[in-house]
Amino acid sequence: MWTLYKKEIRSFLGSLIAYIVIGVYLVLTGLFLWFVDGNNVFDLGIASLQVMFDIAPYILIFLVSAITMKSIADEKRLGTLEILTTKPISDIFIILAKFMASITLIAFALLLTTIYAYTIQNLSNPIGNVDWGAMLGSYLGLLLLSACYTSIGLFSSSITDNQIVALLSSMVISFFFYSVLSMLGDVSWLDSIGRSLSWFGLEFHYNSISRGVVDTRDVIYFGGFTAVFLGFTQLVFESRKW
Amino acid sequence: MSIEVKTLSKIYGKQVAVNNINFQVKTGEIVGFLGPNGAGKSTTMKMITGFIPPSSGGGTVCGLDFVEQSIEVRKIVGYLPENNPLYPEMYIKEYLQFMAGLSQTNDSKVAVKNAIEITRLGPEQHKKIGQLSKGYRQRVGLAQALLHNPKVLILDEPTSGLDPIQVAEMRNVITDLGKEKTVMLSTHIMQEVEAMCERVIMINKGNIVADDNLKELISKHQTSLEEIFKQLTQNVDTI
Repeated sequence: MWTLYKKEIRSFLGSLIAYIVIGVYLVLTGLFLWFVDGNNVFDLGIASLQVMFDIAPYILIFLVSAITMKSIADEKRLGTLEILTTKPISDIFIILAKFMASITLIAFALLLTTIYAYTIQNLSNPIGNVDWGAMLGSYLGLLLLSACYTSIGLFSSSITDNQIVALLSSMVISFFFYSVLSMLGDVSWLDSIGRSLSWFGLEFHYNSISRGVVDTRDVIYFGGFTAVFLGFTQLVFESRKW
Repeated sequence: MSIEVKTLSKIYGKQVAVNNINFQVKTGEIVGFLGPNGAGKSTTMKMITGFIPPSSGGGTVCGLDFVEQSIEVRKIVGYLPENNPLYPEMYIKEYLQFMAGLSQTNDSKVAVKNAIEITRLGPEQHKKIGQLSKGYRQRVGLAQALLHNPKVLILDEPTSGLDPIQVAEMRNVITDLGKEKTVMLSTHIMQEVEAMCERVIMINKGNIVADDNLKELISKHQTSLEEIFKQLTQNVDTI
């Protein structure tokens, strides 16, 4: 599994997609945080990264989908999946290795944004007057959210041998679970049903963890969500056997 | 006995790809698995290597059940799939190193060096796979199958699409390998079998139509292998 993980990381480093995607992520979050009129740090006058944490889940949908689109679809297209699956390694470890490699890359992108956190800390008055709890919670939230997106991305990549199809389906499924479900909570005629449905959405739990309160229920939700989609991916892997 | 297949079947929907076949391959044999396109050669090989499970039946490789103990079987089998899938963007050594890791070889550096030597990849070893000619790509595929020094080699059409010189080189490599290992190779080219194999298993429409020593088969039918092949595969057609 370690071997496959290393190969995946290498193939990220060797492909332009990883650099472009990380670059786009940094530029977009940077723009929203510092420059976009009306909502940036200077306009709000609050030393917090809240703007970035509000926008990041949407940018991550694109980022994660772009990173994961290739991982299984391309192995199918090339036929190398037959080589991988006839080596002494179980299907689930192939999936896990690819999952870990993608998560590593995303965690790296998130890590780069801590430079914004450092800047904010120096801008605050008095210096250091920042809600670190909320910030750490938000970072943890983003990481857990990325794990969910990655599992969706791998699943989408496993159902096709076309990277574009994988990208689009991953974005649609991720958007559905992040945004659409939580919007249902605001539909008045759905009333309590809508609110229950929004509980199943990713945004509800992300917002909860972003406040800086790490509730085990949220962590379990994110972990379970990831496990379910990785399980779906394994089912697709095994469907060749039906 | 290296490979033993018992009442093996594979059914896709309503189509029977492999129909209740039985055969054995002795240790150290080079066996040609012969049949027209779509006869069930690849399907049989995919079942032995654990890529797809059988619909019914099964068998063993070196005494290990290839359905129940698939992971163990994969450790002693080297497999070259049909069409030889590779990663074009990887370097040969990088690819073989990666495959050595996946195959759980003890010393991957030595394994890669040996495999490059056996398949005579030396002069091209620093190139990217995408830059190689088809003949060399096929050798990379074969090298990949050899890394973990498997007892059994399963090669699915190892010489398809190669030019005559490359075919001759590939035959030499496989014949050399056959001195130490059990080799099962599939093909639909008669000359291949005559050049390399001691035994022939012919399959048509999922059924085994001949399983014999090459010389005995020819002396029994008193004609060339090609004629035997035509007769046997067409006979089944008319039934």
